[in-house]
Amino acid sequence: MTTVIVPRLTKESGSMTQLKHYTLNFGPQHPAAHGVLRLILEMDGEIIRGIDTHIGLLHRSTEKLAESKLYNQSISYMDRLDYVSMMCNEHAYVMAIEQLAKIDVPIRARYIRVMFDEITRILNHLLWLGAHAIDIGAMSVFLYCFREREDLFDCYEAVSGARMHATYYRPGGVYRDLPDSMPQYRPSPYRSKKYLASLNEARSGSLLDFIEDFTRRFPACVDQYEGLLTDNRIWKQRTVDIGVVSPDKAIAWGFTGPMLRGSGVAWDLRRKQPYEVYNQLDFKIPLGKNGDCYDRYLVRIAEMRESNRIIQQCIRWLRENPGSVLANSHKVVPPKRAVMKEDMEALIHHFKLFSEGYCLPKGEAYVAIEQPKGEFGIYLISDGSNKPYRLKIRSAGFPHLAALNQLCCGHMLADVVAILSSLDIVFGEVDR
Amino acid sequence: MLEAWLTLIWIVIKILLIILPLMGAVAYLTLAERKIIGRMQARMGPNRAGLFGVLQPLADGLKLLCKEIILPSSANRFLFIVSPILVLAPALAVWAVIPFSEGLVLANINAGVLYLLAMTSLGVYGILIAGWSSNSKYAFYGSMRAAAQVISYEISMGFALAGVLLASGSMNLSQIVLRQAGGVWHWFVIPLFPLFFVYWVSAIAETNRAPFDVAEGESEIVAGFHVEYSGMGFAIFFLAEYANMIFVSTLAVLLFFGGWLSPFEGIPILGKWFAWMPGIIWLLAKISLFLFLYLWLRATFPRYRYDQIMRLGWKILIPLSLLWVIVVALFVYYHVGIWFA
Repeated sequence: MTTVIVPRLTKESGSMTQLKHYTLNFGPQHPAAHGVLRLILEMDGEIIRGIDTHIGLLHRSTEKLAESKLYNQSISYMDRLDYVSMMCNEHAYVMAIEQLAKIDVPIRARYIRVMFDEITRILNHLLWLGAHAIDIGAMSVFLYCFREREDLFDCYEAVSGARMHATYYRPGGVYRDLPDSMPQYRPSPYRSKKYLASLNEARSGSLLDFIEDFTRRFPACVDQYEGLLTDNRIWKQRTVDIGVVSPDKAIAWGFTGPMLRGSGVAWDLRRKQPYEVYNQLDFKIPLGKNGDCYDRYLVRIAEMRESNRIIQQCIRWLRENPGSVLANSHKVVPPKRAVMKEDMEALIHHFKLFSEGYCLPKGEAYVAIEQPKGEFGIYLISDGSNKPYRLKIRSAGFPHLAALNQLCCGHMLADVVAILSSLDIVFGEVDR
Repeated sequence: MLEAWLTLIWIVIKILLIILPLMGAVAYLTLAERKIIGRMQARMGPNRAGLFGVLQPLADGLKLLCKEIILPSSANRFLFIVSPILVLAPALAVWAVIPFSEGLVLANINAGVLYLLAMTSLGVYGILIAGWSSNSKYAFYGSMRAAAQVISYEISMGFALAGVLLASGSMNLSQIVLRQAGGVWHWFVIPLFPLFFVYWVSAIAETNRAPFDVAEGESEIVAGFHVEYSGMGFAIFFLAEYANMIFVSTLAVLLFFGGWLSPFEGIPILGKWFAWMPGIIWLLAKISLFLFLYLWLRATFPRYRYDQIMRLGWKILIPLSLLWVIVVALFVYYHVGIWFA
């Protein structure tokens, strides 16, 4: 009846009795597992001697599903890969299609895409910061981050109608232009009139007004998070020199994004292989020095501030330059509803697009973008039909997670949680 | 014979008079915690059960009462059930020697502080046994951490208490409070400030609260020692935790902040205005202040790592408290200031 937990005793070949490490099953239902990660920890007391990472519990075969769907039907699957940076995933996918179909995207659509990419970056980093902080035990930051995320989700909702899985980007541009009005909060018995008015104040104008108001408020919010964490002694004790990655190792392990820049390698696709309009925007690439959890934290915080600046530049441009947001190519872009009622040609295009879809010329394309977590790549092979022959997704999180064992060995149990959350893992993307 | 019975009944009534308000305080401390931390985190906290959520603790209690108590198949049945009781019993027993006002104490024993030290150290057995008897690896880790932490911090807390004993020359809690009479500047917190700091940090660590909550370290070992508990077993651990929070706050007030004494004592006009206030109100107000501090810390700080807690305890708090105990002894010997005259 009574059983005692002791390290497993095993007889080795000789007469020596050897103590084996204590194994601990971490996840898949663990509050710090960031979804459905399962780790088998080899423990020596509180110290980690080895980690066996088990993935695949959220495998949804996105790549295979895409092979039996029209090109446009897979856009919404991209949202669900890394469900914290939705529009960035869409972006890589529609860019791959555009590259194969050789469609020219209107400049306004490019700016809108960049603006929403950066909104997405802030969304992602806010969730990361909140989750990282709560994993290390600072719970207030989590809720402050979600307060700001709410506003950004409202931006998503205003352009696409969905707060998370937007499906806003289309081959050839974006689904529609930015709206002129924002939805407002309605009265509720739990909100005072004054509070309601303050909530709706920024929402009285257009979406751009709302985002501009957000970008004005946001730096102070980042200061607030930093005030709780950056110079906090406990926070520093928990993150400095934890999970150190040297620059060589980071490159060798295939790290990208803040994981790579945290180690001091200045690699950012927005700079190195500029896509859309990034080469016309002014922004800095924050770099870390030591490659520990603390530097990765600082890099991401600085990236949020830079993203905020990029958004401001996009707003300025978008205000002054109205125009089309979808390419004028009826083979890929559906015709306007009003035109369709009058024009035979448009009706045929519409019918073809929504039944057969469109065929891409034979060939292959690899498009990578700087997603908040790192390089997100879409490798698309077309055999000339209306469905992809093969779609391969290069997720940013996968190589990061693969290095978990090397990162954690020798650290303590509590550090596994800190390192894991500093990797910024989302299982939708790792397992695909 | 009858007299003996009457005495017994009177004692039971007195116990109930302490325990029942304490349970109420625990229930509403949980609500206060959720409300205050909610406000700190830019959210509302519970506000649907009753007006402003005042019925929330009752609803929670009822829910936990109705929940199934799950016994893990590999657990040791007897110890698994006994351990919550082992945690709760000392948490309640300590209240016997706490004076709420002059003469308002259940047992005015002379070795009060010693009794408290003994009782608070007993609490850790419940935690140890809970983690061990659940036969779960997470619970095991939790109880190992709790044991190490509580034992280390017991030492520095003991030294902090020893400093107060030296300063007051008594182990009777009422005497200790009365030694601080005469106004704010007579309170022991002034000469014993380092000891108060050590006491308060150790108190938070002893009660396993943030930022020292590694024993239940939610994001690492899920819930630590009580991960396998459900229903009332779980509720009892919570009751004990909150009762302990109130207790260490009370002790801080008694030892360092003049207990039930008015902070305006000896101040010309204010002292007269507030002279009518019963001592117990001052006591409760001071305790609330410390409980608020608990919640404030929880909402602000990240969690320490297990080894960092040990380092803080052994390398900083214990030497500091040792040093200050010696300083206090010298103070007393040379009759320094108004406190040791």
